[in-house]
Amino acid sequence: MKPAAFEYHAPVDPEETVALLARLGDEAKVLAGGQSLVPMLALRLAAFGHLVDLRRVKGLPGIEHRGGVVRIGATTTQAAVERSDVVRDAAPLLARATPLIGHFQIRSRGTVGGSLAHADAAAEYPAVALTLDARLETLSPRGRRTVPADRFFTGTWSTDLAEDELLTAVALPVWHRPRGFAVAEFARRSGDFALAGATVAVGLGPDRRIDRCAIAVFGLGPVPCRARAAERELIGREPTTEAAGDIADLAVSGLDSVPADLHGSAGYRKRVGAAMVARAWRHAVREAVHD
Amino acid sequence: MTDVDIRLRVNGVPRRATVPPRLTLADFLRTDCGLTGTHLGCEHGVCGACTVLLDGEAVRACLVFAVQADGAEVTTVEGLTPPGGGLSAVQTAFRDHHALQCGFCTPGLVVSVTAFLAEHPRPTDEEIREALSGNLCRCTGYQGIVDAVRAAAERGDAV
Repeated sequence: MKPAAFEYHAPVDPEETVALLARLGDEAKVLAGGQSLVPMLALRLAAFGHLVDLRRVKGLPGIEHRGGVVRIGATTTQAAVERSDVVRDAAPLLARATPLIGHFQIRSRGTVGGSLAHADAAAEYPAVALTLDARLETLSPRGRRTVPADRFFTGTWSTDLAEDELLTAVALPVWHRPRGFAVAEFARRSGDFALAGATVAVGLGPDRRIDRCAIAVFGLGPVPCRARAAERELIGREPTTEAAGDIADLAVSGLDSVPADLHGSAGYRKRVGAAMVARAWRHAVREAVHD
Repeated sequence: MTDVDIRLRVNGVPRRATVPPRLTLADFLRTDCGLTGTHLGCEHGVCGACTVLLDGEAVRACLVFAVQADGAEVTTVEGLTPPGGGLSAVQTAFRDHHALQCGFCTPGLVVSVTAFLAEHPRPTDEEIREALSGNLCRCTGYQGIVDAVRAAAERGDAV
């Protein structure tokens, strides 16, 4: 036993869960798959008086595709996402990012909602949510609300969620075809968090020119970041892989809080990030052109 | 802190226990069930030595609290023994291909590979290497382990 002692709660009803969170305040932490939280508890990087386990809460797991949106319940495991034909067809970027998370033994337990709410700066799912303009659905004692992904991630391991608020689902809009998606990342070892990574989504209009484009980088600041300037440049252009290097340079040029540690300086990470943008751009454009 | 009553099946045997919430499934299996085949290396989810099957899926037993396994079916390396005794197909392949030396990582690898081959009965070499990346071996090196997984897959009765 390595974590500090805590009281365990396993509520069944979503409203009961958020009422419990409201009552316990900052002494409580939500436990979903536990694949980030439990290591932090084991290393005593974090300690909570109460853990509120979501495993019995009704209505939280599940994947559905309806009305142009793929909606994934918060406690859906990453393994379930990986096996889902619905995700592969309607949200390919999420499908491709999933095998990059940890190892398959981690994805058996790790959840979609847990990864988003944990909000690690180098995690794949926050970047995917940001790229696809996802909407995050929450529940608190004050009711339900929806938060756009670009307002959800507020800093390292911090989100717009209140103490008594539960992330219940993420809704990913399905992009029109033709379209292309790609994720590229570099990690020192397979399964590690990436030193830097990039996600790209490209949509083509009836004239086969780019009419929708989203580029995000992760691991290069406290939160994943959209490369809005590069995206604006690309709208209306022909889909080509030639300019990948310029797009990549533009995508990382404005980043001013790139982390530095023994795994790499800020400058190195930026160069790796640019290479990942270029790589993802080439893959996504090729896919869109042939879609 | 309040202990919690749990009921689960471990290698087919029904178990009831009253456990502190912070007790990991790995510690529960080793200490309360006496199943010391599940090894504990890093105890924070990196090394894979404690891998067990939880409702058929490979998981890190050090990253699951025993209370979370309430109602579940757990299979440890001891539970992979065929009904008549002896070694499972994966264990046999490990022995035949010198896929272990000190043996510390072996239970986690055997459980991981068993789960992997159940879902990917005809894996490519790349898929084998990717699947093994979540288990650390500090002495043999991985070549013999890769060979063992390939051999177990080719035999086709790994699980």
